[in-house]
Amino acid sequence: MAFQSEADAKSYWKENISLVIKLMVVWFVVSFGCGILFVDALNNISIGGYKLGFWFAQQGAIYVFVVLTFVYSALMGKLDRKYGVDDV
Amino acid sequence: MDLKTLTYIVVGASFALYFGIAIWARAGSTKEFYVAGGGVHPVANGMATAADWMSAASFISMAGLISFLGYGGSVFLMGWTGGFVILAMLLAPYLRKYGKFTVPEFIGDRFYSRGARIVAVICLIICSVTYVIGQMKGVGVAFSRFLEVSYEVGLLIGMVIVFFYAVLGGMKGITYTQIAQYCILILAYTIPAMFISLNLTGNILPQLGLGSTLVGTDVFLLDRLDQVVTELGFSEYTTTSRGSTLNMFVYTLSLMIGTAGLPHVIIRFFTVPKVKDARSSAGWALVFISILYTTAPAVAGMARLNLINTIQPEQGENLVYEDRPQWFKNWEKTGLLGFEDKNNDGAIQYSADPAVNEMVKIDQDIMVLANPEIAELPNWVIALVAAGGLAAALSTAAGLLLAISSAISHDLLKGVIAPDISEKQELMASRIAMAVAIAGAGYLGYNPPDFAAGTVALAFGLAASSIFPALMMGIFSKTITKEGAIAGMIAGITVTLLYVFQHLGIMFVAGTEFLGSMPKNWFLGIEPNAFGAVGALVNFIVAILVSRVTAAPPAEVQEMVEQIRVPTGVSDAHAH
Repeated sequence: MAFQSEADAKSYWKENISLVIKLMVVWFVVSFGCGILFVDALNNISIGGYKLGFWFAQQGAIYVFVVLTFVYSALMGKLDRKYGVDDV
Repeated sequence: MDLKTLTYIVVGASFALYFGIAIWARAGSTKEFYVAGGGVHPVANGMATAADWMSAASFISMAGLISFLGYGGSVFLMGWTGGFVILAMLLAPYLRKYGKFTVPEFIGDRFYSRGARIVAVICLIICSVTYVIGQMKGVGVAFSRFLEVSYEVGLLIGMVIVFFYAVLGGMKGITYTQIAQYCILILAYTIPAMFISLNLTGNILPQLGLGSTLVGTDVFLLDRLDQVVTELGFSEYTTTSRGSTLNMFVYTLSLMIGTAGLPHVIIRFFTVPKVKDARSSAGWALVFISILYTTAPAVAGMARLNLINTIQPEQGENLVYEDRPQWFKNWEKTGLLGFEDKNNDGAIQYSADPAVNEMVKIDQDIMVLANPEIAELPNWVIALVAAGGLAAALSTAAGLLLAISSAISHDLLKGVIAPDISEKQELMASRIAMAVAIAGAGYLGYNPPDFAAGTVALAFGLAASSIFPALMMGIFSKTITKEGAIAGMIAGITVTLLYVFQHLGIMFVAGTEFLGSMPKNWFLGIEPNAFGAVGALVNFIVAILVSRVTAAPPAEVQEMVEQIRVPTGVSDAHAH
């Protein structure tokens, strides 16, 4: 294992999990939240010709998904470097 | 040049390209056959994953489905893209670090049990075979429709092509053909969509066009669409949901975790060099998929509006049947559009009321297939759509067949039956397994079992309820035992199958359902196709409870879990 210490390994995994949880909250909010649970309320707002809830369900959630995976990839890369476990 | 000649030329050129790639990308080792040598660039793998993922159903049927479901169709859009977020963050990097060839191999090692590996192989084969039947049907239908050959001849041509590059090149051949197939299918999908958006709204990007005003008016396209569908008696396009909110929620979740648990998608991430490549590759896959998945709802809305505008140019004024446009006649011949003059006035009445409605058949596939003709695009675009539909069907079929053949040659033969065979023998065995899988899939495509219609939805339910929870628990818990994992997988798959069968018939045979496919009998109003998430929940609960009362996993397994959580040292773990 490439970690300096057992403590490092533990805190790396802890930071990893907390990052994933934060991003999964966003994932949940834009799809299940805006696209399904709160769709009626959001539909009272319009952006262009789209009702906002409908837009999240058919467009917005997908755009956020794409951004999320790249943010995850970038932040994990940063975390790997911080703990010296990046694979170059 | 007439359309048929042009279609033959464009489709023929795409096949020549696949053959060329097959000869160039021959596999010389099992590592090349199973994971393309592990050296695929993450962007290239993203593209191949997108083609692997987007099937004939995504290409031909999805927009039409949304067209008639409206907002309710969003479950497919969010479900089939959101799964890649789960895959990227929870599965792909860790399984890549683990660094072997198949999904059952991971389950067998993590749960230190040949039994767990065999259960995983069975789940994988059931779910991939059910999925591949749908693809082979798609191949047959696409060929027969586009090349005007019979369904059987179409199926046979498709088998020969897949045979050539999948048997010769394995994952390596499949990867590079999938990249070419992605390029063809995405052009074929977006070009007609852009022209239709331009015609209707003046905006060339369909994603923006759907939210724009109609050309020459101040009326938003979606408002106009809501208005015309309600005038015909249908429910409002942008607000009609699919069943209850709970059903929408559970259906979306089932499709997401089913996507993340489909073996033919997961194994694509074994082909990139490093853990960080697996992470970024999932992002690229999602980019390439999103191009189609954000265009599809625009195609859906615009095609619906175009169709209604054709039949009913002004409110209360109906199209005279004799004056129908050429595309209408063309698709009538295929049986995808059907008109019956119920009141003998020679005009077409389209209505939600079955007693008045004279458009007795509007197949959902028409929404994509007829698009180029409705938009009056040149013949080469129609020929391109044919090549795109075929590319979508072939690329997914090839990916599934690889998942099936590697489970047989690597997990069953090398892993269980004959561990002593040499690499060369295993490579030969994997080629034979592939050939047998193609023949088997072709047979099932030729004689589709009664349950063929329900198969793709079933595959998602099974992947969601068996494979996804086992992988999640294998990575994120050190305490789940082999007994827990096996009991969980069996419980999850059983609950899901029972629910589907009790409402849709045992093996989908009509008349054997014992609770009937009636919404009032559904558990909390959840439709059978959406039940995978409930099966997954059962899997998690059973696995955790059983693990509490059985002996903890051995130290070396806990050490293995530690190892897969560290991104470094992939090349070491790769030695086989």
